[in-house]
Amino acid sequence: MKLRVRATKIGKVRFTSHRDAARMWERALRRAGLPVAFTEGFTPRPKISFGLALPTGAESIAEYVDIELQREIAAADVDLDTLPARLSDALPTGFDVLVAAEREPGVDSLQEAVTSCTWELWSPLLTAADHLDACRLLEPAELVLERERKGKRSADDVRPMILDLRPDPSGDRLVADLVTIGRALRPGELAELAYPHIDARDVRALRTHQWLDHDGMRHEVLALPADVDARTQWVLA
Amino acid sequence: MSTLWARIEPLLARVQKPARYIGCEDGAITPRHDKLDGGDVVAWLLAYPDTYEIGLPNQGLQILYEILNERDDALAERTYAPWADLDHEMRAAGVPLFSVDTHRAAGEFDVLAFNLSSELVFTNVLNMIDLAGAPVRSAERDADDLFVLVGGHAAFNPEPLADFIDAAVLGEGEEVVSEITEVLRAWKAAGRSDRESVLRELSKIPGVYVPAMYEVTYEGEHIAAVQPRYPDVPATVDKRTVADLGEWPYPKHPLVPLTEVVHDRLSVEVFRGCTRGCRFCQAGMITRPVRERPAEQVRTMIREGLRSTGYDEVSLTSLSTADFSDIEPVVRGILDDAKEIPGACDTMTINLPSLRVDAFTVGLAGEVNNGRRSGLTFAPEGGSWRLRKVINKLITEEDLYGAVESAFSQGWTRMKLYFLTGLPTETDEDTLGIAELAKNCVAIGKRYTNRASVTVSLGGFVPKPHTPFQWFGQNTDEELRRKINMVREATRRMNGVNVKWHDPAATTAEGITSRGDRRIGRVIERVWREGGLFQEWGEHFDLDRWAAAMEAEGLSLDWYVFRHRDEHEILPWAHLTAGLHHDFLWGDWLDALAESGVEDCRWTPCYDCGVCTGYGIEHVVASPIAPAGGSQGTGQDLSHGGDVPVTLLPTRREPAGAST
Repeated sequence: MKLRVRATKIGKVRFTSHRDAARMWERALRRAGLPVAFTEGFTPRPKISFGLALPTGAESIAEYVDIELQREIAAADVDLDTLPARLSDALPTGFDVLVAAEREPGVDSLQEAVTSCTWELWSPLLTAADHLDACRLLEPAELVLERERKGKRSADDVRPMILDLRPDPSGDRLVADLVTIGRALRPGELAELAYPHIDARDVRALRTHQWLDHDGMRHEVLALPADVDARTQWVLA
Repeated sequence: MSTLWARIEPLLARVQKPARYIGCEDGAITPRHDKLDGGDVVAWLLAYPDTYEIGLPNQGLQILYEILNERDDALAERTYAPWADLDHEMRAAGVPLFSVDTHRAAGEFDVLAFNLSSELVFTNVLNMIDLAGAPVRSAERDADDLFVLVGGHAAFNPEPLADFIDAAVLGEGEEVVSEITEVLRAWKAAGRSDRESVLRELSKIPGVYVPAMYEVTYEGEHIAAVQPRYPDVPATVDKRTVADLGEWPYPKHPLVPLTEVVHDRLSVEVFRGCTRGCRFCQAGMITRPVRERPAEQVRTMIREGLRSTGYDEVSLTSLSTADFSDIEPVVRGILDDAKEIPGACDTMTINLPSLRVDAFTVGLAGEVNNGRRSGLTFAPEGGSWRLRKVINKLITEEDLYGAVESAFSQGWTRMKLYFLTGLPTETDEDTLGIAELAKNCVAIGKRYTNRASVTVSLGGFVPKPHTPFQWFGQNTDEELRRKINMVREATRRMNGVNVKWHDPAATTAEGITSRGDRRIGRVIERVWREGGLFQEWGEHFDLDRWAAAMEAEGLSLDWYVFRHRDEHEILPWAHLTAGLHHDFLWGDWLDALAESGVEDCRWTPCYDCGVCTGYGIEHVVASPIAPAGGSQGTGQDLSHGGDVPVTLLPTRREPAGAST
């Protein structure tokens, strides 16, 4: 059977990289004793895959991991209710599995399926007025960002990548919905545009949702059950 | 104590690889700092003066971390050298050196204890003391400042650091850290009086050397005498050795880093000490005698370790792992145990570092690699049988070719051969022998695969204290460069032979500190102040900085590095001992010059090197007979193992003159 889990990456561990996190998951699955399937060949690897990479330094309460179990394991053999706690115990502090579900056959991979993410941005150097100002990035029809990737400089119109900007209810954070298809706008790049008067490296970012599109509506990849409050997790940070 | 995390966090957003500084490893202990409130707890900050990636896997540090935290009167945290980018950010923001466990300032600890595994990190030691906020010179530190301790292999000649450290620990730390804790605890309880009195108390602990308690006098360039300043300070400091490794099953909770490190796997030490007697090898000389861990304990530590860490790879560490008496049953046991861990048997890899050069060993490596054939490394060290007798690495050409044939026939395609260059008595013929060996190994490989290749790795030899080669004048960097070029030239047209080499300039710099005396401290300080950090990293190393510092201090490279010493010279570490008698070392040096080898004393009669007899300890080996396979590096036919009695090669011929 195949599993999909939603997890956090919060606190000091935000400074680990996406690759680091992948290795942690491999070790955690062995420690939890989960019978993971392996690739064929000379150097077998566990069949697990990760969604969109989280930038080093950013936090999240919406990280997804797909795990394929060995063929002979049936859905009835896995207790999905206790699995989050079992995996959280095997993961480092700051990585908590919030919910686990069976992944139906034929469902798209995380990379293919996710069309947008919701982020929260904040900094002790920013005020509620700064966040309100930042929302004005929605006004122009075009928003050119000069950026460099893999040694190539380019000037891109990133306005289409921003679906929405709004302050959170407290006013202390900016909530941003960003498109993930094509060359995405990173939260760090948004911070450069939104807060030109401070160093973007002082802006913290938290991914709160990853979204799928179905029939013109967006849906959470895995919604949190009513009894799981991810906010309590990030207060710890 | 309080955490600096809130001030560190913004800095980490500005540096490369910030995960180096967060701690959070599985196995990390969050010390109960409330122990401090109760009274006289001694707080240790265990430091590795190189990057986290290099330092985290260090087993010595992990062992002491656990032992200290198990005590009610001590706590221990860890720190590693911040890379240049964070160093810069920390100094700009006024953030001091901090622990990675709870991110507390170094100045809140009582002890800053460095593990020194090489000499080129000495400038990092000074930098970390400075970042900790303490005066770098020990004489300027007062009762409220940190105690700076060093241990590890490079602490066996701590004289170049004498002005900066409070004490050096010689040998194994398992027992002595507790004794040091007790002295410091009593001193704190008595109200932290003057520093001199506690240093004097520390100097009475066996294995603890307090440089400030000794007066060094000179006669011209030479040392005239090293004398204790008080009658109750020992004239000679002996190393510490634990008699039975089985009593120390540490680390019990290995640290699992969250980011990639150099040895990212479970490590279990199977034995300590080595009696093969390779004369260039300081580790082999200073860690005698051989003490094996009981096979059952090895198996348990691996089973528990894999379960708790989630690793699928284990390394059986020692100076020559194939020598472990029970190596075959242990390996079989590990593979059996792995079958019980879901998924593990598919990927489980057993790593056998420091392999012997023989077919038995290759067979073993083939069994444990789960079909993977990444690359295999052998270390013949010398290019000719003559030179290998000089250095007492008694590997015959047949051993090497047998090992190589066995490896290629089992599917390996790449082989790495380690050699030292600049060894005593080395001739150009010996050097060219390296190319010849490599060529023949490739030729053997080509019989099995067209992809057969051999990489020759050349390291420049640095004579080390407490070895028979401590009197030898190191080759100059020009001479090493000439020899390296000779090998490169000779192998240029050899298909399948690649040559790699260590920078000869770094070898010279290592030579300055390796056998340096207290006067070299000024050179280290100067290089540090000029910005010479991370000197073991090629991109940061510059010999000119060292040469300029030597010149500015009026010291000569020739005298410190390239000069032969004679039998009666008082060497800077003469008052420190690993138990090896001066007469034994000098005799072994003469034997080397006479091209005469000595046997491994764990299976043959004692040569009275002085360690076992002097310390009342002995080899702890499960099998009194040599295991089967190859010549075992003895230069004899031991293919039937214990069936063939080991005999001594003739020794103690008249010496020939030393020559380079």
